[in-house]
Amino acid sequence: MSTVVLLVITGLGLGALYFLIASGLSLIFGLMDVLNFAHGAFLAIGAYGTWWAAEYLPGAGPAGFGFLLAVAFGVAAGTLAATLVELCVIRPLYGRHREQILATVGLSLAVPALIQAVWGADPLTFPKPELVSGAASVLGVHIPRDRFLLILAAVAVFAALWLFNSRTRYGLIVRAGVQDRAMVTALGIDVRRSFTLVFAIGGAAAALAGALGGLYFGVVTPTQGLSLLIFAFIVVVIGGTTSLTGCAIASVTVGLIQQFANYYTVAGLGDIAVVIVLALVLLTRQGGLTARKSAERVA
Amino acid sequence: MSAGRPLLDAADLQVWIEGSHILQGVSFSMPDRGVTALLGRNGVGKTTTVKALLGLVPRTGRVVFDGTDITARPTHAIVAGGIGYVPEDRGIFSALTVAENLRLAERRPGEHRYDLVHELFPEIGRRADQPAGTLSGGQQQMLAIGRALLNDNKLLIVDEPTKGLAPRIVREVADAVARAARQVPVLLVEQNLSLVRRVADRAVVLDAGRVVHTGPALELLDDADRVRALLGVARTAGTPRAPGAPGAEGTADARGPAEETVAPGTAALPTPGAETEGRRTA
Repeated sequence: MSTVVLLVITGLGLGALYFLIASGLSLIFGLMDVLNFAHGAFLAIGAYGTWWAAEYLPGAGPAGFGFLLAVAFGVAAGTLAATLVELCVIRPLYGRHREQILATVGLSLAVPALIQAVWGADPLTFPKPELVSGAASVLGVHIPRDRFLLILAAVAVFAALWLFNSRTRYGLIVRAGVQDRAMVTALGIDVRRSFTLVFAIGGAAAALAGALGGLYFGVVTPTQGLSLLIFAFIVVVIGGTTSLTGCAIASVTVGLIQQFANYYTVAGLGDIAVVIVLALVLLTRQGGLTARKSAERVA
Repeated sequence: MSAGRPLLDAADLQVWIEGSHILQGVSFSMPDRGVTALLGRNGVGKTTTVKALLGLVPRTGRVVFDGTDITARPTHAIVAGGIGYVPEDRGIFSALTVAENLRLAERRPGEHRYDLVHELFPEIGRRADQPAGTLSGGQQQMLAIGRALLNDNKLLIVDEPTKGLAPRIVREVADAVARAARQVPVLLVEQNLSLVRRVADRAVVLDAGRVVHTGPALELLDDADRVRALLGVARTAGTPRAPGAPGAEGTADARGPAEETVAPGTAALPTPGAETEGRRTA
């Protein structure tokens, strides 16, 4: 029983990390039809930005309020990077999918290389504030505290994105734009402004994932974003490319499957199990878990 | 707006889509009042012309709206300049509610004509919280027209509003178009000549990507030979103009409510979108 509790909570923690990355990826693909392979770069920038700020930024530090400031700095750096990428790289390439893929794949390789050139390829120890160090006891099971922080952060981001989508005019534009961008434009709305905002939001969530991923793994590496991005793509495909709820369900599903499969079979089989689930979803529900038949229209 | 100046002036519009030369120099202008009907067989480029006016397809040529050259402007800026657009496929956002569809179309704060929309289409008001995708085709068309009427536009562009609708709904939509035309000039793409006869003042006829006729709508529709030659319709018949509709005075045609549509035709060039579909029965 205690093993199951441990696996569920750590699986939820991992799922929370996937959600933070995949939610932005899903928003960007759903609205803008852009397969953003550079998304992992925003994660790496968030992680290294947080690490750097904790080490060197006046006022920031590895503990307490200083760590919060470091995380804020990392998130701001990821958001800024995402905004610049949208404005300078993606915007001239809308509708040109091959070029988008080439450009974003190039960025996904260039950013880790740049980070490696500055801080080296070796893993850097990530600061861990006392509040999230050690383990908390749940039903007699010792669970690493950072898992709870990840889950809380993912729930907060889910709620914020839900409110953004359902309560703001930009959210309305995003939901409409997912269905028909040209028609949104034909209503007199500059949909490009929403694109930049969505890219920035996606970058912020990825950068937060980078900062919290540093807590989860204890270290940051230049290629951390790349490896996590693969699972984020799997989550997006399983959850459906236009559904925030689908993305959350798929994130939890993938996280739990990985943890349980890795524990009860052999280490490494968890990744394969996730790919098998992906294949099953692709074969049986091409639009993802939350795909629905479009409403019947009666003339 | 100065008197005598056209509201909309298109000059030498050319559009290529996937190697096909769809518009081959479309030029026409429309006045700042009444309904101008854009007519032609299937596939001659009517919808493409509308999209070219709005910048929804890449085009060359020149478009002047309300005295301003809008050729180089992006679509959202063209529309925000005072154009309401009802596309051929209605452009309803099915996952949004009816109220959200209308809210999305709001342009300037506090200047929205919800009263007019709800007066014209009370059904829309009653179904505000319903997902738009669950509306019937007629209700969706009402929502699309209502959305275009929400703002204080200088021009309405309405592309085949009666397409695929039941006859009863066609009459309601026709009433709405006639009523809208009393408030704002309308560029109407339509193949239902009964509706054209009822509401249109001027007609612009396209064939194979070019304008082949412009003139008063009734003069064209009353000339059976010309209608047959330009539109492929064997006879003309129509419904009386709506009382109060532009040009209604002295033009009533009491030959009955027979619906007439433009023949499918033998368009030489493929056209994107629904213009390649078969003719509907209105």
